Amino acid sequence: MTDGQLLDAGSRRAIARRRFLDVLFQALALLILCLALGSLAALIADVWSDGFSRLSWDFLSGFPSRRAADAGIWHALSGSMFVILVTGVLAVPVGVASAVYLEEYARRSLMARIIEINITNLAAVPSIIYGLLGLGLFVRAMGMGRSVLAGASTLALLVLPVIILSTREALRAVPPSIREGSYALGASKWQTVWYQVLPVALPGILTGMILALSRAIGETAPLISIGALTFVAFAPDGLWSPFTVLPIQIFNWVSRPQIEFQANAAAGILVLLALLLTMNAAAIWLRDHYQKKLT
Amino acid sequence: MKRFEFLIEWALFLCALLSIGTTAGIILVLAVETFAFLREVPVTDFLFGTNWTPLFATPSFGVLPLVVGTVMVSAIAMAVALPMGLLSAIYLSEYAPLGVRRLVKPVLEILAGVPTVVYGYFALLFVTPLFQRVLPDLAGFNALSPGIVMGIMILPLVSSLSEDAMQGVPRGLREGAYALGATKMQTSLRVVLPAAFSGITAACILAASRAIGETMIVAIAAGQQPRLTSSPMVPIETMTAYIVQVSLGDTPQGTLEYRTIFAVGMLLFLGTFVLNLVSSWLRARFREEYT
Repeated sequence: MTDGQLLDAGSRRAIARRRFLDVLFQALALLILCLALGSLAALIADVWSDGFSRLSWDFLSGFPSRRAADAGIWHALSGSMFVILVTGVLAVPVGVASAVYLEEYARRSLMARIIEINITNLAAVPSIIYGLLGLGLFVRAMGMGRSVLAGASTLALLVLPVIILSTREALRAVPPSIREGSYALGASKWQTVWYQVLPVALPGILTGMILALSRAIGETAPLISIGALTFVAFAPDGLWSPFTVLPIQIFNWVSRPQIEFQANAAAGILVLLALLLTMNAAAIWLRDHYQKKLT
Repeated sequence: MKRFEFLIEWALFLCALLSIGTTAGIILVLAVETFAFLREVPVTDFLFGTNWTPLFATPSFGVLPLVVGTVMVSAIAMAVALPMGLLSAIYLSEYAPLGVRRLVKPVLEILAGVPTVVYGYFALLFVTPLFQRVLPDLAGFNALSPGIVMGIMILPLVSSLSEDAMQGVPRGLREGAYALGATKMQTSLRVVLPAAFSGITAACILAASRAIGETMIVAIAAGQQPRLTSSPMVPIETMTAYIVQVSLGDTPQGTLEYRTIFAVGMLLFLGTFVLNLVSSWLRARFREEYT
């Protein structure tokens, strides 16, 4: 017996209508998705066509200039890399230590719960608020001025929640049997964490670290509000040196009306995106490498 | 040995405490400057005044234009991100074959990882000129194009968090719906979506909080003219863009202008903080429903 004999014409029509709606809905969803992906393509194509012709060795190694055609980004690029390096040095040890405490030592205590809720909330605080914190705390109260150290400290606080969350994730993925084996051999808690758990979790921790720092390298607002936009035409030469970073230089060029400077901004964006892509590729490589080793 | 273990635990605990210290630091820094500000400007003038001209010779400190500007841009962003994000989440969670998911999810991650200054460039120099061809009245700086671009920026957030919520709905509910003869669309819209409702709401609230706190897109493409208007076609200023504007100049510490950015920052912090709390409360409730 086929469908046709079982159901009357009205029911068959109703079923056909529902199936048609289903296909229509799926097509709509797919269209929306393509629209979202298409806007990414449009963004990249736009920046590429505006900025590609400006990319050159002179642009990468040059310094700012009043003439757009002579301007370069070395001061900003080296500033970005230096600030990110210091940010990593400040944030990673503290972030990993916090995660180890929350995950391995204090899983169920009330204090751990409070810290946990607090971290989730901090992760969603707008980045410009961190800038105001940096301005009030590091630049003014602690007297660091508008230095690399003040900028990196601000960014370190900003990425700390991200590092803690991703490190906890990595620690959670370590099988409990490894800890139990270590305890069975008479190792103490810290010995277990240091010699067994952390080495296994290391690739996951590094992946999270790279992703957190790649977020920091694109941050503009908090560094503007601590006052890093003062005209800096040299590469930073120490922790107390004034500095500028690539996103701020891009912002500076976008804000000018001349089309030549906007081309510089586009070229700067291409460099920034290339930097981000490299960092993300490294993170993905680490993740895949690690997954292969585990299975 | 025992003592060493004890010291280690304390050191780790102190590191974990730093995050509490950060929250305390934010509140303290904002509160100190805000109170100093409110000593000179009555709180009702600040909250309900309709004129924001703190840098003029005869300053006026009504924050409403900034608040309205912020809400308008965020509303436009949500109007883009909400339907698009939800639809793509439904598609990725309920329809998409594995190959499509593998392709699309990393691209969405890239979309979420693009620095906001890049989106600002895109809004000012690509989207606005594009819209001006259709809407000749559109000013070079406006609320419309940064709003739409911001919507694209937070779309991945809405999509991935909503998808997580939908994935959290037990398979049994779907199978029940299929057994009753429902199509995929009916199952998605009438079973999965309501079941994941609190998780999805949490995602949307978090996205709204992101939109309110977003800075560079509006600082670049929305203009810097605090204006109490309901038109998305003219230049406006958001709370975040104002903070950037003042930070760009060299405002001396201790002046009233310097304090305005902390007062505006306080308002911004409180607004997003409440949204974040509601969002994490909803997410926790959603997790309880199904475990």
